[in-house]
Amino acid sequence: MSKKLKIATTSLAGCFGCHMSFLDIDERLLTLLELVEFNRSPITDIKHCSPCDIGLIEGGVCNAENVHVLHEFRKNCKILIAIGSCAITGGLPAQRNHLDLSACLTEVYLTEPGLAHGHIPNDPELPLPLDKVHPLHEVVKIDYFIPGCPPSGDAIWKFLTDLIAGKTPELGHGLINYD
Amino acid sequence: MTILAQSNDENLSQILARYDHNPANLLQILREVQESQSFIEADSINYLSQQLGISRADIEGVAGFYSFLHLQPQGEYRVLFSDNITDRMLGSQLLMEQMCQQLWLQPGKVSEDGLVSINTTSCTGMCDQGPAMLANGRAITRLSHQRVQEIGQLIRNRTPVADWPADFFQVEDQIHRSGPLLDNQLTAGDVLRQGLLLGSKAIVDVIKESGLRGRGGAGFSTGLKWEACRNAQGDARTVVCNADEGEPGTFKDRVLLTRQADLVFEGMTLCALAVGAQQGFLYLRGEYRYLLEPLQDVLQRRRERNLLGNNILNQPGFNFDIAIHLGAGAYICGEESALIESLEGKRGVPRNRPPFPVTHGYLQQPTALDNVETFCSAALAIQLGDENFRAIGTEKSSGSKLISVSGDCPRPGIYEYPFGVSVKQVLQDCGAVNTRAVQISGPSGMCIAENEFHRKLGFEDLPTAGAFMIFDDSRDMFGVALNFVHFFAHESCGFCTPCRVGTSMLKQTMDKIAAGHGTRHDLNEIEHLDQVLQISSHCGLGRTACNPVLHTLKHFRPAYENRLKSLDFEPAFDLDGALARARQMTGRDDAGAHLKSEGI
Repeated sequence: MSKKLKIATTSLAGCFGCHMSFLDIDERLLTLLELVEFNRSPITDIKHCSPCDIGLIEGGVCNAENVHVLHEFRKNCKILIAIGSCAITGGLPAQRNHLDLSACLTEVYLTEPGLAHGHIPNDPELPLPLDKVHPLHEVVKIDYFIPGCPPSGDAIWKFLTDLIAGKTPELGHGLINYD
Repeated sequence: MTILAQSNDENLSQILARYDHNPANLLQILREVQESQSFIEADSINYLSQQLGISRADIEGVAGFYSFLHLQPQGEYRVLFSDNITDRMLGSQLLMEQMCQQLWLQPGKVSEDGLVSINTTSCTGMCDQGPAMLANGRAITRLSHQRVQEIGQLIRNRTPVADWPADFFQVEDQIHRSGPLLDNQLTAGDVLRQGLLLGSKAIVDVIKESGLRGRGGAGFSTGLKWEACRNAQGDARTVVCNADEGEPGTFKDRVLLTRQADLVFEGMTLCALAVGAQQGFLYLRGEYRYLLEPLQDVLQRRRERNLLGNNILNQPGFNFDIAIHLGAGAYICGEESALIESLEGKRGVPRNRPPFPVTHGYLQQPTALDNVETFCSAALAIQLGDENFRAIGTEKSSGSKLISVSGDCPRPGIYEYPFGVSVKQVLQDCGAVNTRAVQISGPSGMCIAENEFHRKLGFEDLPTAGAFMIFDDSRDMFGVALNFVHFFAHESCGFCTPCRVGTSMLKQTMDKIAAGHGTRHDLNEIEHLDQVLQISSHCGLGRTACNPVLHTLKHFRPAYENRLKSLDFEPAFDLDGALARARQMTGRDDAGAHLKSEGI
């Protein structure tokens, strides 16, 4: 066996559901660990990417920090994969796209009752929201897409093992569900 | 019931009576309602729904499909600027801006007083005398700053369109080269007399032997089509003439219908004799509404001369008549099965083929459907005999062909040539100089560059429905492709996902390149999209939608590359700009409140 492939994962504007689903590969995680080494990922708690073979990203792009993380992944990963509905279409967070951002912030922080002396948070520590939520492929080039909300553990397993084996990944019948 | 509602119902009931309360005439009924009311009100739909026994949803579905039918209030004056590339090259965009300024409104909106709305529409078939517009459905040609200003004044003064100066509506034939079709001195009825002498089977044989192929672009053997229709099982056969000349840059059928209407109807009646049809339709594109009355006059004259109706030319049992149906601004209805759906009063969505119209056409009965020019050529083949007809043109493309020349040349208009004429010859005859490219047969056809001008028009080499748009070396071919891509996205019927979504994605990608955000990756995406559209589209619209881009990419790649950022990928939007709202709302301007545009 040649040297292990490096994998990085992250969640942007997502719910971590795709990561939870990833863990649903259960004991196969041990088999996977024989083939790959995890780099930046919630699993390792490594904070920044170094050069990797595969990057898995769930969630869309809703703020400036998401853009920085996405750029970091794109720069470091040979193959970048968008996983789950939010990464592929913007998903649930993109429901705010038909609202004006100013109106959104005003409503949430200024006009909602119970917000005495409310103000729109402006601490430089906080990333600014983009005016729209974008799917990943509108911000960087994405090589592969794993659809689903979330995709099943089996689908993720099949996709990754195909990729590791050097095959063009294919999710056959039963691994993509529309219900 | 108010007096107003009562008079509306009366108006509707008159329209319904004219169309026999037949739901198959729904599109024609809606078109007349639109003409009389400027938009189709909910009350009218309720009334039609009751009277015709079809649901509101069905009626709204049909009305919503066609660009010239409106379910929302429109201006009293509805101005549509023809938006073909040839109109743009003649300055249509500037004229539209000027008119919007003059009348204080934005394109696509109705003015606040409800007086006027201004928008664009797909090619209106006046490319040789543009820029053109439709004002309440009437074609106006040769727009200039002065003419547009005069129109603005007439609208402000609420002068009815019928009272506008007649020269606004002048449509010239502009024939620069004629041949056996345009010079035809047919004495109405002569071809039918010859046909009766031959007998129906022999007519089909002559047409087959003549080698005549369909002039709408596809080039199927007309004789084989008639034979299949003749032999098909069915109770009632129909002849349909496709005059939905929607392919941008094509206007030869308009001239044939103006100059040689008798030849067209003679060809249709000949076809009826050959296949045994009793009813015929001419499906006339809505943009040519002004031809309706003159054509009806010709039909009436033919009825009076016993060339239509019962026992034509005293031949017992030779019964045939022709009705004219108008389209309502849908390019897709030029596709034969979509046209038949539209004739039946439905949304113009192409059918699954097979079965083909020759066996399952109008109302699922055998139908011979041909282009205007095909019917004229069929009549000509009978006049000349198959051998003489075959002597014109080339081996596999017999007869002559009308070419609609527009774009950068001093003599745009109609040119009739025997098939086999070279592109170079046409360019020479119309006086074109410094030609960079020619778009043959419209956006769905081919774009060819100078090194291919020796190529010949005909089914052997460059098949064409007749459009011939010329671009000289001052033209940006990327802009040409961009215009065509927008056209396809607008005209996709929306029935199948690959075409509905694919043409929009293609438009977005081209817009991205136009805005300077394009990368090499986007060019790859276009090629990928083309594969998806080719493989999975329901009809030819989706399959050909990428052609303008692929052909211009092949010949004029630098026109694209010059616009690309030399990066692998770039978003279609400005990342830092996307934070502007949040910066404004938070009052921040620190480094963290900005995003550098960096290529990844």
